[in-house]
Amino acid sequence: MCFAWGYTRITPQLRSRNIVETVMRWGLLGASTVAVLTTIGIVLSVLFETIHFFQLVPPQDFFFGTVWDPRFSSPGRFGGGEVGQFGLLPLLWGTLFISIVALLVAVPVGLFAAIYMSEYAGPKIRAISKPVLEILAGIPTIVYGFFALVTFGPFLRDMGAHVGLDISASSVLTAGIVMGVMIIPFVSSLSDDIMSAVPQALREGSYGLGATQSETIKKVILPAALPGIVGAILLAASRAIGETMIVVLAAGIAANLTLNPLEPVTTITVKIVSQLTGDLEFNSPQTLVAFALGLTLFVITLGLNVYALYIVRRYREQYE
Amino acid sequence: MTDQTATLSTFGAGSAAAARLRKRHAAEKRFRMYGVFALLFGFAFLVVLFSSIISKGWTAFLQTSVHLSVYFDPEVVNPSGNPNDHDELLRADYTKLARTALYKVLDVNTDDRKEKKAANELLSRGVDTQLKDAVLDDPSLIGQTREVWLLASDNVDALLKGSIDRDTPEERRALSNQQLAWVDQLDDEDVIAKRFNTGLFVNGASSNPETAGLGVALIGSAFMMLTVILLAVPLGVCAALYLEESATKNRLADIIEVNINNLAAVPSIVFGLLGLAVFINFLGLPRSASLVGGLVLTLMTLPTIIIATRAAIKSVPPSIREAALGVGASKMQLIGHHVLPLTLPGILTGTIIGLVQALGETAPLLMIGMVAFVVDYPTTPLEPATALPVQIYMWATAAERGFIERTAGATMVLLAFLIVMNSLAVYLRHKFERKW
Repeated sequence: MCFAWGYTRITPQLRSRNIVETVMRWGLLGASTVAVLTTIGIVLSVLFETIHFFQLVPPQDFFFGTVWDPRFSSPGRFGGGEVGQFGLLPLLWGTLFISIVALLVAVPVGLFAAIYMSEYAGPKIRAISKPVLEILAGIPTIVYGFFALVTFGPFLRDMGAHVGLDISASSVLTAGIVMGVMIIPFVSSLSDDIMSAVPQALREGSYGLGATQSETIKKVILPAALPGIVGAILLAASRAIGETMIVVLAAGIAANLTLNPLEPVTTITVKIVSQLTGDLEFNSPQTLVAFALGLTLFVITLGLNVYALYIVRRYREQYE
Repeated sequence: MTDQTATLSTFGAGSAAAARLRKRHAAEKRFRMYGVFALLFGFAFLVVLFSSIISKGWTAFLQTSVHLSVYFDPEVVNPSGNPNDHDELLRADYTKLARTALYKVLDVNTDDRKEKKAANELLSRGVDTQLKDAVLDDPSLIGQTREVWLLASDNVDALLKGSIDRDTPEERRALSNQQLAWVDQLDDEDVIAKRFNTGLFVNGASSNPETAGLGVALIGSAFMMLTVILLAVPLGVCAALYLEESATKNRLADIIEVNINNLAAVPSIVFGLLGLAVFINFLGLPRSASLVGGLVLTLMTLPTIIIATRAAIKSVPPSIREAALGVGASKMQLIGHHVLPLTLPGILTGTIIGLVQALGETAPLLMIGMVAFVVDYPTTPLEPATALPVQIYMWATAAERGFIERTAGATMVLLAFLIVMNSLAVYLRHKFERKW
């Protein structure tokens, strides 16, 4: 039938190729707008539910509350469900604390690995070590979480018991160190690329003045590559903040405002998971708070990413 | 460079300068060592991670079974005598058959309830299903005696794998002295053995570690990967083509580009929130369905595929474009006849990398209710299912000791899939790599 319809349309005036071109161009455009629609979808859906949440719980209680105690949504009991306390601060602190520990692991290791790969290692070692290090970022986070839960956490606890420290099996330290290893490649690969992009003339100028290789790196290469390295670290930080499975399995669920890295804390992502698994009711603050937490997470990571990409891009323009 | 500094020291500089130089060279060496240490730290962690998982998980591929000659007693299985009575066959007490057979082997005093109970604990609760399936497959078994391998309980399994210490005092051990003696007796008679654990790959969810399997999770993951391939690949390739080929540098293209870059860095859990709010709450798709999981993963992997495809398209030299346009090809003919065939390996590699990312992702799937206890195989993507990483999460949080081994085993299965897919991507990249 389509064929018959098409056959009747054939005339000397028909510019079929142009029509096909236009249709296909619109098709391609449509496909590429899916990405935009996704972003809009994320923002709208999360924002919508968050506004819903703020109608039940005042925003200042959420953003400045220091107690996280959502209670259970139980419309049967207590006549319509008891509203708990939804303080963001303990979760935010837990998230930041673990990310800081992770960065304390990932930045020195990643940076030195990048320095070695870009400045010292020959092309052969570099060709092997870079992909091998990148495996660390390719392993699913659930695998890291399981490793932290059954191997690394108990190991740290036993080590702590040896030297008289009381480390709980799920602690800031456990989750932070394992997460730090996971984000090493985010620091090392990007830093490596950026340091390799520093013009050779700068190195040779420094050698010509009699500097050793490490002095050249410290005094010339690192300052020249600094914006890019900061960008890489920010990207790694945003990855650490949004990471879920490691902290779900290894960080604990108690919302603590503590400075002690040996105690368990909880994070924004852990609470999103725990509020949304199980039975859901889309009108209780216990469920809706997850979307407010999600919005907070989205805004923080988006801000970090945009800033990091801005830094990296601005730096790249300098030598091109 | 070292030559230069060496000649510098022979330049007649004093001993102070020589000492300074030594210090600087020592600092140089130290600095270099830090780099080596950093790399070794990363490699060592990889080795520890893999060896810890493999050492915990390889035993999951073996499962202890007991070889018993079971008499399919018609009195128990089919008292009405009508083998076509399906309901009766389904309801029958198959555990009793297995237990009777076990009592015979172990010489259990059938009047002593305590002793019987202790003996019962040697067999898995899954033997019921094992025997039921055998009878439903072949009703002519009723009234006959057959040799069958029946699953042992998780404690017996743990004992034979060495994770229960025989020296712990009886009251703190999971198995009593008598049970230990029985297991030894079975071992001496060679009727208990560790056999390859097919159940790990075919069974569904179960609360007993010895009968829990990845069957449902594998099917769920397969459905999701299928959804991702069917949706993300065409969408991603089309979007990349638009951005690289036909977009005149206008505002819209700019917005789309910035969007894709940012989307690639959004935490995966936020995609889960999107899936929950839009696909489940707004569009009313069922929870726990692998279709929803596939859709969420599609949105998540789209940026990866777009970025990889764009890189591949960029590497097509302009001479080919210009030659095609020069002989009168239209833009779409250029894309269809030249750009796409040339970028196919790149697209394939990008797709595999996207799939690897999607296969290992857990967090967004938790949001859309994939944490479900699903016993039966899903037949359509709309039925409840789990996914491989979600199953690992569920087992990792389960309390029984036997699940640790299962979790590590499932992790090995997941890692094996990822390694195979990654190697495929590397192989493809090398095979089709083209220098222009």
